[in-house]
Amino acid sequence: MIDLHGFGDQLLQGAVVTLELALSSLFVGLILGLLGASAKLSSIAVIRWIANGYTTIIRGIPELLTVLIIYFGATSVLMAIAGLFGYDEYIEVGAFAAGVTALGLTFGAYATEVFRGALQSIPKGQHEAAIALGMGPIRKFYRIILPQVWRIALPGLGNLFLVLLKDTALVSVVGLDDIMRKANIAVSSTKQAFLFYLVAAFMYLALTIISMVFVSYMEKRASRGLNRG
Amino acid sequence: MDFSVVVEYFPRLLEGAWVSLQLVLISIVLGGIFALPIALARISPVAWIRAIPFAYIFFFRGTPLLVQIFLVYYGASQFDAVRESFLWPILREPYWCAIIAFTLNTSAYTAEIFRGAIQAIPQGEVEACKVIGMTKFQMYRRVLLPRAFGIVLPAYGNEIILMLKGSALASTITILDLTGMARTIIARTYTPMEIFLAAGAIYLVISIVIIAIFRQIELRQNRYLGTLSIKVPDKG
Repeated sequence: MIDLHGFGDQLLQGAVVTLELALSSLFVGLILGLLGASAKLSSIAVIRWIANGYTTIIRGIPELLTVLIIYFGATSVLMAIAGLFGYDEYIEVGAFAAGVTALGLTFGAYATEVFRGALQSIPKGQHEAAIALGMGPIRKFYRIILPQVWRIALPGLGNLFLVLLKDTALVSVVGLDDIMRKANIAVSSTKQAFLFYLVAAFMYLALTIISMVFVSYMEKRASRGLNRG
Repeated sequence: MDFSVVVEYFPRLLEGAWVSLQLVLISIVLGGIFALPIALARISPVAWIRAIPFAYIFFFRGTPLLVQIFLVYYGASQFDAVRESFLWPILREPYWCAIIAFTLNTSAYTAEIFRGAIQAIPQGEVEACKVIGMTKFQMYRRVLLPRAFGIVLPAYGNEIILMLKGSALASTITILDLTGMARTIIARTYTPMEIFLAAGAIYLVISIVIIAIFRQIELRQNRYLGTLSIKVPDKG
């Protein structure tokens, strides 16, 4: 067995943090993605410009830079806003909150494109049929559009989640106690860099494999309405 | 916000951008060279030859680039054998460690792109080559690889942009690339928003230039098709 010098449970705690970060960012990102896709398909030009600006900027700059901008920038922005209301105390944005914001924004920008493609692939007849049955826009979206969009978007979203899972490692740079930072701590006390970074790598691989299995289960579930024979 | 600090330090940021570009260019060229044999082995009819590149690609695509950089830069020095070998002058330098890690990483992604392209060529073209009596080497050199090159271009352009964004991680091992330079300047001036936003803008400009260049190459390479398929990069 590999000797982890007692850092095994530390690394597992890191894995829990990594997973929490990934799932929280996924939640934020999915909402941003749906909003972004709706905005890109909006009939109002200004809303389309905003959505295009958002996806172009986020996709064109490195994720590490996004994390750093949010982590260091959010503090000054929040303090400036609070200052307007006469609040002068120091506000600190935690690494976790900054990580969820940055990774959620990144995931949302890519998910916007996935959702937009899926929304556009729903035939017009489906919309018309829903309206003919007397459904309002919200009910039409929940009952008719969303279940189909979900099925079409899932493979793309699954890939994005795997990328997100790996991007969580970047938040260790601003001090979040995830797998990567736990490995850094273990390395600085044991000097066995190769061992601990390799263990960290295999933990990410394990999380990747689990996610892949889960996504393929979800894909089967989402398309259970098809091919029923 | 006070953007005069950006004007003052802009030349330093450009220096950093130049380092980032070097890292990307060298890694992309080396990665492309390694990717071809990996891709060809990946589609081999022999199962155990297929297994090796599969494991390689799975490892490098399934783990964060940050882990890979740390494995090369900090990991290699764990072993006395490495420290005493002739490779040590290279593995001691963060610059070369970043290039090694980026090359390994991008070669795994590029190999998958190449494999997809080779497999996307219609079976009829392979059969036509055989009928004409080409050897396997001639078939690859004259038909399959040039065809694959045209198919590969959009995805390859995306991979270069992903590599550009990944190159920001070089700053974590003390390299003064664009991100590293920005962090150094911020440590001196304490103006994180202004400098980071300026760095982000430079990355954005570089991405846009890369997209434009690839659009031109693709127009040329696929001009017989009369269509254009390059898009803004997707992840994956």
